[in-house]
Amino acid sequence: MNELLRRMLFLPEQASTFAQDVDHLHYFVIIVTMVSSAAVGLVALGFFWKYRRRSEDQTTPFVAPTAIFEVLAVSVPLAFFLAWFAIGFRDFVKLSSPPPDAMDVYVMGKQWMWKFAYPDGPSSVGVLHVPANRPVRLLITSRDVIHSVFIPAFRVKMDAQPGRYTETWFTATKPGRYQILCTEYCGAQHSKMWGEVVVMAPEAFDEWIKEQQRGLVARADVLADESQVSIQGSLAQWGKQVAVAQGCLRCHNVSGTESATGPSWVDLYQQPTRLADGREIIADEAYLTESMMEPNVKIVAGYQPLMPNYQGKISGPEAAALVEYIKSLRSDRTQQATGGEE
Amino acid sequence: MSASVTSATAAGAAVFPEKSYLDDGTTVRSWLLTHDHKRIAILYLVSVLIALFLGGIFAMVIRLELLTPGPTIIEALTYNRMFTLHGLVMIFMFMIPAIPGVFGNFFLPIMLGAKDVAFPKWNLTSWYVYLAGSSLMLWGLITGGADTGWTFYAPYSTTTSTNIAPVLIGVFVIGFSSILTGLNFIVTIHTLRAPGVTWFKMPLFVWAIYATSIIQVLATPVIGLTALLVAAEHTFGFGFFDPARGGDPILFQHLFWFYSHPAVYIMVLPAMGVISEAICAYARKNIFGYKMIAMSSLGIAFVGFFAWGHHLFTSGQSAFDAGAFGAISMLVGVFTAIKVFNWVGTLYKGSIAFTAPFAYICGFLFFLVFGGMTGVALATVSLDVHWQDTYFVVAHFHFIMVGAVIMAFLTALHYWFPKMFGRKYPENWALLAAGLIVLGFNATFIPQFLLGNAGMPRRYYEYPERFTALNVASTAGASLLAFGFVIIAIYLAIALRYGEVAGRNPWGSRGYEWDVPSPPPTENFDKVPVFTRGPHEYSDIPEELAKVGHGS
Repeated sequence: MNELLRRMLFLPEQASTFAQDVDHLHYFVIIVTMVSSAAVGLVALGFFWKYRRRSEDQTTPFVAPTAIFEVLAVSVPLAFFLAWFAIGFRDFVKLSSPPPDAMDVYVMGKQWMWKFAYPDGPSSVGVLHVPANRPVRLLITSRDVIHSVFIPAFRVKMDAQPGRYTETWFTATKPGRYQILCTEYCGAQHSKMWGEVVVMAPEAFDEWIKEQQRGLVARADVLADESQVSIQGSLAQWGKQVAVAQGCLRCHNVSGTESATGPSWVDLYQQPTRLADGREIIADEAYLTESMMEPNVKIVAGYQPLMPNYQGKISGPEAAALVEYIKSLRSDRTQQATGGEE
Repeated sequence: MSASVTSATAAGAAVFPEKSYLDDGTTVRSWLLTHDHKRIAILYLVSVLIALFLGGIFAMVIRLELLTPGPTIIEALTYNRMFTLHGLVMIFMFMIPAIPGVFGNFFLPIMLGAKDVAFPKWNLTSWYVYLAGSSLMLWGLITGGADTGWTFYAPYSTTTSTNIAPVLIGVFVIGFSSILTGLNFIVTIHTLRAPGVTWFKMPLFVWAIYATSIIQVLATPVIGLTALLVAAEHTFGFGFFDPARGGDPILFQHLFWFYSHPAVYIMVLPAMGVISEAICAYARKNIFGYKMIAMSSLGIAFVGFFAWGHHLFTSGQSAFDAGAFGAISMLVGVFTAIKVFNWVGTLYKGSIAFTAPFAYICGFLFFLVFGGMTGVALATVSLDVHWQDTYFVVAHFHFIMVGAVIMAFLTALHYWFPKMFGRKYPENWALLAAGLIVLGFNATFIPQFLLGNAGMPRRYYEYPERFTALNVASTAGASLLAFGFVIIAIYLAIALRYGEVAGRNPWGSRGYEWDVPSPPPTENFDKVPVFTRGPHEYSDIPEELAKVGHGS
């Protein structure tokens, strides 16, 4: 029954404890809604048939509602509404009160990506790893405008507001991958601000987070060594990693096709580029760096001033690595160019 | 029963009156400087129809873009501008002024037995203010390319690189037009009722307009203020709403919805008033529960002011606030249910003529019940979490705005067309168009409820592949809907000139406005009328009135 109704209503699969609770109320409410709108429609049609006009000079008796009708007209809808309210409010209070033993994950939205961070663990862009059958609390904020974290399979949603933290929680029930969507309109790439929740079996998750923490330690050692560049491989390769981590490739493509949001990086280096104000410049190292730090100073003709400012968000060596990566993207070396896509 | 009705209909075949408000000056100047409430209503009619046409075009562009998951016909930024245009034009230029501006202006004074509204010059002023505000807003939208959506959520709106200040100032200006019209109607209803028109003998349309006017006067200043604050923050960098400048984005949402939720009732209450009038005429039946319908209009106006917080359930609002706003929102559902039961009750033991307006009334009842009850479902806090900002919400408010309000607008347009222009429209074409519109509307928006269930967020330029089928269905429905409107535009344009002469009362309606000739003379009544019957009484149809039934 549950499965049949879920499919009829096009609801996504139920992958959290909350999803199961809320769907039952959903069925109750929607069935009453459909039955009563159909009933009103059918009664109107029935009256239309029974009381259709039979002659042009027909008169009709004066009919007024009785007291019982008046009482029923108010109390029947009110009774249904109050029942829905009581169940819905109980569930909402539950959703607003994360259990004290919930695992915390910090979520930050920014145009147009999600960043997830564990208090003493790694952080990642776009993919959130959580264990099944354990409560997880999301502490949500935004770096620019309002976004909203929406995981349809969990029936959970919470706005990401700049300047404050909001929270929500869930207990995932089924290992698997579930989509995260942004549901608060946030600009040009709003409809592409997607992420993914990876629900893992609890033991697998424990393994995963341990491994991630080992990685962090290793990286911290690297930093202490001050030899990060050589460890990372060539500067261009490191640049590629920075581009992925910062989400550059969401707007700038490296496959050489035209992109609507930002100019392609292929063959960009040393290319004569026309700006929106009519000037023509050569895309050299200085221009590329300036475009990261103050992206709205020089806008390429045909594009919108959308790019966020990366001043203070990427370090000097990282910027240099990005420039090297862009320099390496040449269409006469297709191999490397297409290899740049993750 | 006034004597004039008997004399006009006794003459046999209907004759077009020699002199009416339409002939009182035929120059452009005579129209643009008129103080006649009926001519101002026609000015409003022309402008809201232009707005409906523009808004409809924008809607079709949106639906076409959503035909495929990826980019289809326009770019992401154009798409974002398109839904901003669609929302602003439809709400501020069409929905809010449509029924009060056109039918309120035309019929409210006649229904009260008055020669005009209380302040005829203000009335004309309000149209010019509407025109100025709308032009500024449209010019701003087209040259500045605002991409914020009609909700202007901060801090996106205060930091967008597009130029939104003219749009916001346009909204601010249009607000004054709304306030002027509302004040004018309130004063008219209080002071210009003819002898015999006591409060509880006022037509229900007047009650609905009265409730609407109260909301317009009380709530509109808040949106004006909010629009100015956003414009100031965007232009001069004040920190009202952007936390980066010390502001609060939630404050914006409270201010915005404090107007914009009651604004829904500014649009819906007049629509309910139209239905109360027309359903009596086509069922030839007294309204079932006059006082319940009249008082529930005031009830909706009142509780509508305290429901705005249901737009903030997922903003981090406390569970207590969410519960309180959710419960209050449900009261709107109770008042609406009272109206629905009474409309259906009106059909009981009636004498129902199936006409195009009656088809729209049936559509209205279904859309209002389904749209209204999905509203109650959305007010059920835990359910809203999944639906908030998805297509479920889009479908819900289009059921109310398009389903209920446009059905009522079309009901009004067809029901009062003979009175306003003195001619009948072709019934068969009208029934065809009504069928297409009701069907097309269902086909457009029922898939959107399911899209919302499936989790498709609103304002999405691209969408995951799994939503394709339902989007295609919705676009197909929208083209059916558009086709229906085209048919209406054609036959009404022809009927304006070549339609059969309607005569004073082609429907056999007992509404007071049908006592005057069609189209009415400039002064409405040759002397102050005295109404001895109620406006919805049908137990004693005079013989001569019954014989002029439409189409007979």
